[in-house]
Amino acid sequence: MSMAAYQGHAEHAHHDHKPGFVRRWLCSTNHKDIGTLYLIFSVCGGFIAGLLSLLMRWQLMWPNHHTFLADGQTWNAVITSHGLIMIFFTVMPGLIGGFGNWFVPIMIGAPDMAFPRLNNISFWLLVPAVCLVLAGLLTPPGAGIGWTLYPPLSEATYQPGLPVDFTLFALHLAGISSLLGAINFITTIFNMRAPGMTMHKMPLFVWSILVTAFLLLLSIPVLAGAITMLITDRLFGTAFFNPVGGGDPVLFQHLFWFFGHPEVYIMILPAFGIVSTVIATFSKKPIFGYLGMVYAMVAIGIVGFAVWAHHMFISGISVDTRAYFMAATLVIAVPTGVKVFSWIATMWGGSIEMKTPMLFAVGFIFLFTIGGVTGVVLANASIDQVLHNTYYVVAHFHYVLSLGAVFGLFCGFYYWIGKMSGHQYPEYWGKVHFWLMFVGVNLTFFPMHFLGAAGMPRRYPDYPNAFAGWNFVASVGAFISGASLLVFLYVVYRTFTSRETLADNYWGEGATTLEWALSSPPPFHTFEELPRIG
Amino acid sequence: MRLFRQPGSLALPLFALMLATPAFAQHALIGEPHDWQISLQPGYSPVMQDINWLNNDIVTPIIGVISLLVAFLLCFVLWRFNHKRNPIPSRLTHNAPLEIAWTVIPALVLIGMAIPSFRLVFFENRTNDPYMTLKVTGHQWYWEYAYPDQGNIDFMSDYIPQDQLKPGQPRLLTVNNPLVLPVGENIRILETSGDVIHSFFIPSLGVQRYAIPGQTIETWVRIDQPGTFYGECNQICGIGHHEMPIEVQAVPLQQFLAWAKGAKQQLGENGSVPPVSQFAAAADLRPGAMTRVAEVTHRPVTSMGASLGTTPQGRGD
Repeated sequence: MSMAAYQGHAEHAHHDHKPGFVRRWLCSTNHKDIGTLYLIFSVCGGFIAGLLSLLMRWQLMWPNHHTFLADGQTWNAVITSHGLIMIFFTVMPGLIGGFGNWFVPIMIGAPDMAFPRLNNISFWLLVPAVCLVLAGLLTPPGAGIGWTLYPPLSEATYQPGLPVDFTLFALHLAGISSLLGAINFITTIFNMRAPGMTMHKMPLFVWSILVTAFLLLLSIPVLAGAITMLITDRLFGTAFFNPVGGGDPVLFQHLFWFFGHPEVYIMILPAFGIVSTVIATFSKKPIFGYLGMVYAMVAIGIVGFAVWAHHMFISGISVDTRAYFMAATLVIAVPTGVKVFSWIATMWGGSIEMKTPMLFAVGFIFLFTIGGVTGVVLANASIDQVLHNTYYVVAHFHYVLSLGAVFGLFCGFYYWIGKMSGHQYPEYWGKVHFWLMFVGVNLTFFPMHFLGAAGMPRRYPDYPNAFAGWNFVASVGAFISGASLLVFLYVVYRTFTSRETLADNYWGEGATTLEWALSSPPPFHTFEELPRIG
Repeated sequence: MRLFRQPGSLALPLFALMLATPAFAQHALIGEPHDWQISLQPGYSPVMQDINWLNNDIVTPIIGVISLLVAFLLCFVLWRFNHKRNPIPSRLTHNAPLEIAWTVIPALVLIGMAIPSFRLVFFENRTNDPYMTLKVTGHQWYWEYAYPDQGNIDFMSDYIPQDQLKPGQPRLLTVNNPLVLPVGENIRILETSGDVIHSFFIPSLGVQRYAIPGQTIETWVRIDQPGTFYGECNQICGIGHHEMPIEVQAVPLQQFLAWAKGAKQQLGENGSVPPVSQFAAAADLRPGAMTRVAEVTHRPVTSMGASLGTTPQGRGD
């Protein structure tokens, strides 16, 4: 929390020699370099998945539109890959692997992660994993099963051949990567805090990564079990999810969502951490209600494990089960509300500067709130009976993830890119990026509430003509969002060609975490002498 | 006791505006989405009317107010505490009463919302006294409907490709053999699947359950007035996921019974299903038939009674 009395980096600059390119980037054990690799990976994943979403919006722009995606199987393969790449190869590597690796050790005053080689393998497992997902997309006929992988559609009878196997193995690899990363973060945060950095002094970003790591540790093995059973069903003749052999398709849904629901908090909690940090910095005020914020995240993490079957209100689960999962889901709104109100209270009385990271943070709060309250609507099992699997759900989870987690990613990028690279982004173009993206994503996703309420099912490559109007608007919004990504590329170009040098703490008095006591960029070996936290 | 009102009766002006759209003016648009629709489809079953009420009058206004409150607070702090207007930041970081308030008040609001919602969940669950049972089986990519109480009629319902549509038939919603059901009767729906998971989804009737192979899943419907109601498969099921719509033709009971009899005979003879319109006369010819239909269609919505066991939901006769 408070700035450490640490001015040591200037003296040891002569030790700051870096290894050669291959050793530095392919065999890296340095948390900052691995974080950089994760961020580059995340940007690449984001552009692939973003391109897929633009293709999807192109297909859906008009009813009865015959692009190469009009075929149902191709379409299903594209939506599957879009979902998986956004989740496992964009948001998670960016927020957890990227910013988590870069700033968790620095913020707690640790010289590196606890297990540097484990950190290396965590990253490099993602590369074959994303290749396998792409193989699942590009090998005909493509893995058209939805990111939820529900059997029997994903069983060999209905999707024979390699594409689905590729996709399932990709999830195994990505899961192992996340699991190892989670173990590394938990060990680092518990054991390597600098003297004086007690748990209740840790920055909220570190807390968010700690809670996220626990969610990963407890949920990924359940996914691994489910997809292992699915793989043996497909390849070795077992019948875990096949009713003909005594199996149960709904069992898979329970296992999948026992992982899948914590997974959505895995994606959003690190964004909470980044937004908390940014709001405090640009309000020049400490975070309001620090303990409430910490334990709201812990509460969200715990309750998040007990709500999974709200994804299954239509799956024939008993009425008492529906009633319970509805109640548990509504409970999550309370700690989430605490977070939103505490962010506003942090700004209250502050001296707010609307730099680009702050724009993304404020945008995050508002759009995440909209995604949160539509979650309350969907939590009502009674109403979900007509909203389940419609575009209302698509709108809801894109408001919390596309406009929540992805805004969190950009918020972190603009906040820390100067620290990470030593070059500052161009403020004007950052703001252009924000406003273009803000308009684009809202135009894309807000009309989807209307489509869903009117009853448009998701995962449709073509739709009844009555849905044409809002689909056209959504597609226009998607292309505006796509244009905003080109602006982002220009921002990256301008940033890395900038000759400006940056001060250690270029945000000034509001930025109080330990990375602002280091040079920009920080030395290759961050701390040769542990900082003491006062 | 009627706990839920008709949809939109006390809705915010926004919803009144939505409901005043041509959906109500044109009979043709009953039970299907319309251009630029922004709200739920109007309900033609007690369940969907209650869903409309809960969503339009309770939940959506609450979340709308919360969203506007957050938007207002954000705009206010960004204006009032801008660094030009407020150069010296305060150090305010705690306010216990405030923190308790924004924990407790949302919890109370949620409890208030949850009470009617729980009742509706139980009401939606099943009908205790069904007039008949309908068996729905999902297939890649068509629906199969069976009527065990009407002599085991069993037929397939497939969508009509675009080039074979007649004028006025909506694309991707029209089928060759619609599901025919009687108006005003409680119908038990049992669903299963012959292959992968599908979802039997009819928005304007508030019906949705997955059709899962190896399982029989129960839900129910009572259709309040004659008309055509469209639905779609709502769970990804392969290449033809978007090409297995549901078309329900709800008719007076006598017409339904006449159709069922005719369908039984014709299915036995040549395997085809007669259109229900052929049997319109059956309803009209019987003395008192229309009166009876009028009674059942205007029967007050008993809503929650059934699940609580206080109001028997009989067959209406």
